[in-house]
Amino acid sequence: MAVATQPALATQTAHSMTVRGLKPFYGKRLAVQAMDLDVRPNQILALIGPSGCGKSTVLRCLNRMHELIPYAHAEGLVKLDDINIYAPGIDPALVRRKIGMVFQLPIALRTRNIYENVAVGLRLGGIKNKAELDARVEKALRDANLWDEVKDKLHLSGMALSGGQQQRLSIARTIAVEPDIILFDEPCSALDPISTLRIEELLLSLRQRYTIVIVTHNMQQAARISDRTAVFMVEKTDDVPIGVLIEEGPTEQIFSTPKDPRTEDYISGRVG
Amino acid sequence: MNGTIETNMLTYRRRSQVDKVLRGCTILATAIAIVPLVLIIAYVLLLGGAALNRDFFTDTYRPPVPVGIDPRTGLPIEGTGEDAPAQVQAQGGVLHGIVGTLMVTITALLFSLPIGILAGIFLAEYPDTPFNTFIRFCCDVLSGAPSIVIGVVGFTMIVRPSGTYSGIAGSIALTFLMVPTIARTTEEILKLVPNAVREAAMAMGAPMWYSTLTVVVPTALTGIVTGALLAFARGAGETAPLLLTIQGNSNLSFNMFAAMAALPILTYKYIESPFPAENQLAWGTAFVLMMLVLGVNLLVRITTARIKR
Repeated sequence: MAVATQPALATQTAHSMTVRGLKPFYGKRLAVQAMDLDVRPNQILALIGPSGCGKSTVLRCLNRMHELIPYAHAEGLVKLDDINIYAPGIDPALVRRKIGMVFQLPIALRTRNIYENVAVGLRLGGIKNKAELDARVEKALRDANLWDEVKDKLHLSGMALSGGQQQRLSIARTIAVEPDIILFDEPCSALDPISTLRIEELLLSLRQRYTIVIVTHNMQQAARISDRTAVFMVEKTDDVPIGVLIEEGPTEQIFSTPKDPRTEDYISGRVG
Repeated sequence: MNGTIETNMLTYRRRSQVDKVLRGCTILATAIAIVPLVLIIAYVLLLGGAALNRDFFTDTYRPPVPVGIDPRTGLPIEGTGEDAPAQVQAQGGVLHGIVGTLMVTITALLFSLPIGILAGIFLAEYPDTPFNTFIRFCCDVLSGAPSIVIGVVGFTMIVRPSGTYSGIAGSIALTFLMVPTIARTTEEILKLVPNAVREAAMAMGAPMWYSTLTVVVPTALTGIVTGALLAFARGAGETAPLLLTIQGNSNLSFNMFAAMAALPILTYKYIESPFPAENQLAWGTAFVLMMLVLGVNLLVRITTARIKR
């Protein structure tokens, strides 16, 4: 893998991302104004903002999922450590193996049992040895805090699990291939409060080994779990809405002494 | 104030009357629509069921023989009346038709499944281009084309150049009919698979083909199988394309490169026959065809119900 052979960083497992002048497009329409962003190693970066501000779009640009939407493309520089993931010749599929993604709706692959739901990414990577598969599936499920609940029913359909369990199953599937970065797109917005709490605990424990970017509608969630927060807003030019990154900084500072008055309005519930 | 309420009452009464009339109309129309259906099923079940016996499934065509004549010797059997020859005895069966229909339709299914499913995947999974739209339009036109047209095309393109009617020509003609149906049902079913499923597969770094073949298509498999079965049932019941391509055959034949029999053709030929015994066989073949379509539809319902559960 081209992306895998990169110089070792200070901490072996932690990776960072650098975004410079990123401009996501839907067809000819610019969705978010050119923006810069740094994703620091072993931290959780939260992207918050009202609906339509482009935070999910930006997230999807980070592992080249954005361009899967018909007519969508992105311009600018996005680097994983020091490799530009938009450079010509880089296979988007390899980028997505290095930068995993967990979605809003838990996806248990209907045609696969619980074991295969986790093993699918490993098999895709060419691992055929049964013992190794078993070990890595178990490890991923343990890391996703799901092992104890499913160890006796690995052969059952993933659809038999609750929503919260299915979301942890999705996380297990993502971490099984040991990506460098994990992106979460509103992972808790379809879950009940208790399941949400468990996912948040999971995110905090994953932070020790992974670098995480999370999009959330829930400002309390951002405040609870993230190290840094980026705030997006919608601006209108000629009645065309466009997303803008207005402020980025340590979560504490964003929530206590935001620089931009719009951030304060948003956080205190006056807009969005 | 009162006036307003009274006006409302009046319109209310009219509305409820209109409602009753409309409901009556729909019930009447439904009843009228059901009459021919019931007649068809009753006729085919009663007349066709009566034609069924062991010979029907195991024997092939036998020339009709007057009652009172021994079929082996051709001589009158003693003890029968003088004017007996006016009657004709039921003879033979339609094994050749059953074999022909199964061979021709299954071969057609083998041709059209890969083409239809791959075309459906192309239409559903790849971004829309003018070419896509053109293909989709062609499928819709082709699936609505009168089947005699398909027969004429099969006759001109295959039977004429090859110099012979053949089972394979019939299979190809049926393939023309079945591919658009399978392609469009596959497309519609694949579009019902939530995009999130595709994205989940792509987010693992799966290439497009892997995501499509191992995640998206298996998720939609019941629907695709349903489409294939319905296309099979439709192909098995087609008469016009087969008349012009496999022609029909009175003998049992397993040779796909020569003329073959098929149940719809036998139905067509026997129902026109002047001999009541052969008319009986026509009802029998109609019965078998109905049972085939009914069986396939039941199979579809049972499998989809089981998966849904």
